[in-house]
This record gives sequence, C-alpha cells and structure tokens, in this order.
Amino acid sequence: MTELLGLTLAEARDRLAGGEFTSVELTEAYLRAMEAGRSLNAFITETPEKALDMAKASDERRRRGEAGPLEGLPIAIKDLFCTEGVLTTAASHILDGFKPPYESTVTANLWRDGAVMLGKLNMDEFAMGSANVTSYYGSVRNPWRRKNSEAALVPGGSSGGSAAAVAARLALAATGTDTGGSIRQPASFCGIAGIKPTYGRCSRWGIIAFASSLDQAGPMARTVRDAAIMLRSMCGFDPKDSTSVDIPVPDFEAALTGDVRGLRVGIPKEYRVDGMPEEIERLWRQGVDWLKAAGAEIVDISLPHTKYALPTYYIVAPAEASSNLARYDGVRYGLRVPGKSLIEMYENTRAEGFGREVKRRIMIGTYVLSAGYYDAYYLKAQKVRSLIARDFTNAYERCDVILAPTTPSTAFAIGEKQDDPIAMYLNDVFTVPASLAGLPAMSVPAGVGDDGLPLGLQLIGRPFDEETVLKVAEVIERAAEFKALPPGAV
Amino acid sequence: MSLDKATVAKIAHLARIKLPEEDQAAMADELSKILSFVEQLAEVDTTDVEPMTSVAAQKLRWRPDQVDDGGIPEKVLANAPEAVSGFFAVPKVVE
Repeated sequence: MTELLGLTLAEARDRLAGGEFTSVELTEAYLRAMEAGRSLNAFITETPEKALDMAKASDERRRRGEAGPLEGLPIAIKDLFCTEGVLTTAASHILDGFKPPYESTVTANLWRDGAVMLGKLNMDEFAMGSANVTSYYGSVRNPWRRKNSEAALVPGGSSGGSAAAVAARLALAATGTDTGGSIRQPASFCGIAGIKPTYGRCSRWGIIAFASSLDQAGPMARTVRDAAIMLRSMCGFDPKDSTSVDIPVPDFEAALTGDVRGLRVGIPKEYRVDGMPEEIERLWRQGVDWLKAAGAEIVDISLPHTKYALPTYYIVAPAEASSNLARYDGVRYGLRVPGKSLIEMYENTRAEGFGREVKRRIMIGTYVLSAGYYDAYYLKAQKVRSLIARDFTNAYERCDVILAPTTPSTAFAIGEKQDDPIAMYLNDVFTVPASLAGLPAMSVPAGVGDDGLPLGLQLIGRPFDEETVLKVAEVIERAAEFKALPPGAV
Repeated sequence: MSLDKATVAKIAHLARIKLPEEDQAAMADELSKILSFVEQLAEVDTTDVEPMTSVAAQKLRWRPDQVDDGGIPEKVLANAPEAVSGFFAVPKVVE
C-alpha cells in the first residue's frame, strides 16, 4: 500500500496500464490514506462508496480496451465544483445540504477521461481567503511542520484542502480554483505544483462563482508532469460558459521537453518588494541561475503598475462577489432562517449563512458598486486593471515567460494574520497581477526556507501559452530536486 | 474614506445582511481599513484609459434562440428549503 501511495500520477497511470495493479487496489490504498489523514481536515465530504464504484467501472473499461487518459486514477475535488448528487458546500453554512442536480464541466471532463473521485475538499468559504481559516467546516492543517516546532500551520488558500491532501498523499492530485492566487499560493505553502491556466481555458460552468472575470480552475499535483496531464483533461471549449475559448487543447505533457535554450525569461524588478525576506530573494536568484545554466536568456523587465494590483483586485473581486452571492437568499437552495417578512428572511439567512470574511467582501462590493461611488472605485479599478494587463503585453515583447516568487513568505501558523484583513491580503501580492491579466501562471516547488518549509517559484506566461510555463517549471523542478516530504507522508 | 455606523447599516441593508447595531462599529472599522487601502488607486493617471471589461479578447458568441433545456421541475426544486405545488415558496409578501 505504501508503495502505491509513493507513485506520482504519471507513474500510477503507466503502471495501471501495464497491469501491475488495478484501479480498485489503488483506490483502496487512497481511501485508507484519506481515513488516516483526517486530522488535517482536508476533506469536507468523503465519497468512498462512489470511489470504489468508479474504480470498478474503470477496471471494467480497461478490460474492454477503453481506457481514457486518466483511467483509474483517484483524485479529489475542491468543494467549489458542483458534483451531481454529492453534497457541494463552497465551505459555507449557506449551502447546507445542497446536492447539485448537475455536474460541473471540469469534473465531467475528468470522469470522462477515467478519473476516480475520492471526495470533496475543504477550502476557504466561497474561495475567499489565503489561509483556509474561513471554512465553515473548520481550518485545514498543513501537513508540514516548522523545524523543531509542532505548531499547526495553514496550508494557504483558498484551495487549502486540495494542497494539503496532495502534499500528504491523501489523493494523487486535486482540482483547485484560482481567483487571485488560490491555486499557486497553497501549492507553494505545501510543496506541490499547481497551475492556473489562461482565463477561458477551463469552463467555469458548474463551479460556484466568486469573481467571474477572475475565476479559473486548474490542477494541483505532486509534479509538473502530473499537473500537465490533469490540465489536459480539465480544459476544453464549453458552450455553456460564455467566456470559454474555442481553441484546441494541446498535449501539455508533450511540452515537457526540458529544452529552454534561447528562451527569454523576464525578471520583473517591481516584484522585489520592500521587506521581502532574504530567503525569498535567494530562492529567486537561484531560479535565475538554474535557468541560465539550462541555456535560457535572462531579461530584466518592468511591470510598473504591480503595486496597484492588490488594491485593484480588492475592488474588482468583491464587486463581482457581491453580485454573484446575491443568489443565496434562502429560496432556492441551502439554508433558510425564517423572518417576519420576505426581506427579513433574506437578511436573517444571509447573516447566519455567511462567515465574517464573506460578509466583509459582499459589503465592500456593495459599497463600491453603489450610486455615487461606482466611478470613483469600480470604474477606476477597471481602468487600472487595463494598465496592469498592458504592462504584461509590453513585457512579452521582450521576454517569453516571467519568473517571480509565488509568495512573500513560507506558511504561517493558524491564528496569525487574523486581526488585520490587509495583512492577510498581502499574501497574494505576487499572484494577483497575473490573475487580473488573465494569464497562465504556475507555482513549482523550488526549495525550503530557513524554517524548513517549502517555497515555490512562479512562472507567468503569455495568454494560452501554458506549454512554455509548464516546460520552464519542469526545468526548475529538475534542477531543484525537491524531494522533501511532510512528516508522515510516504 | 472612513465609514460611519449609519453608512455601514445602509450598506448591510442594501446587501440584505442583517447587521446588529453592536456589530456595526467593528464592521465600519474593518471596511474603512480596506477602503483606505484601495484608495491608493487615486494616484494612478487613468486619463484616456479604457476600463477592462473582458479578460479574453473575444466577442460573446451567439446561439440560436431555442429551448435546449428544461422540463425538470422536480430537479430544480429538489434543493429548495420550501416548495409547494411545483413552485418555490416564500413568506407571504402580499396581504
């Protein structure tokens, strides 16, 4: 069993194909791991029966010679994806008991390709957070520990359950979603790979909406190769999402050639922020050296509006959220708290159903969209967003891909950065700009900090050029030889 | 921008979130902090800059105006806290 859990998704795929074990055997090993790993609180809902049914059906398909690209591979799903007949909560009290009568396009694509679902993963409520401490179902624990410390650390967020589950070997891989860094930041904190593809690559249909112009699904996995394999299955044109882009999905795995000779890698000077820890700076320089040694050309670039990305995000995202979350009113699904009138019923339901961070963002969004303030806040933010996107367009005239840190620190302790919302928001300082510009971006484990915790480097690519992002990330992954594992993982 | 309690109460009502009076001051403080953080955008020169309203540079697609879904009222109502005779039910609105 231990040996099965040690395999990457690519290795498990190849050995399943070679008949060395069955999907049922692999799935059973993961179901035991999931149970043994409950102290991490990574799952909101475990679906062991469904997993075994899917694994049996998968073995049957393989016998018939109908194996798909992810045939028989047990993965877990962030609880933001609607899964037909399976509780879907967005980690919010307000979606109590919600069992979607339909399947999200991304998960349907994964099942079409043969994957097996282990369960639904914990996350920040409505994907709003950077530490996975806002979940109605409790905080997720990072499987990693600081050197000589037993303090419980956050896994990052909002896809914290996804990152913790993959790092602790409770799933071969997981889906995540990224609005301002929610795949990349937890991937960095937990020592795994995670990619947010270009906006429009993955269908948003059936993914519970947070900020529609920013939300993108993506894979979180142990290696860049695993992420590339998952991504290919998740992507694809979907007429049910009006922003889904109708272009062919490349074989992302084939892009991992290891050859980055002559590629121009941009280093944005504005990402060298005040007070950045030495270890982050060091890791970034190390990344530059690795890519130089592999034959890439390093180019200094400028993204002058970087410092305005966070304030822009904290207008645009709450504005869209306040609109998207208007649908939770106690009428069609989830929680209802009675009131004397219809309005009072709405107000009571939303007061009890939403957590503090979600309420804060809905209220900020309501305010910046309200009469008299729309131009000063929302319209202004949309204009600055144009400038941020333009910075990237200009930079890509001089380089092919951008290298930056993923996060300004390693994972922090549960309970830290709780008093000041802005301190929490600063976690996303390096991830938000690419989100606002809709660009593909990936975090790859590159080393450990002084405290022994993992740190990622980030690659940001041109629109729809996930292939270069993945290729460069894999070169860094090889050079870094990141082999460290959290305590207890095999 | 520093928000007062009355403004926060108004926003809460617009957002249809009940906010008891004793929580209004703390919320006003948190929202004011966020607003003063985002107000640094005022220093950016956005003269002649178009607002970004779409991420992927593409036109919204057209489709034929025909029914391609429906006829599943029991599925639609399955998650409703209260459903009566094929409809969502809410507290009485009209006397």
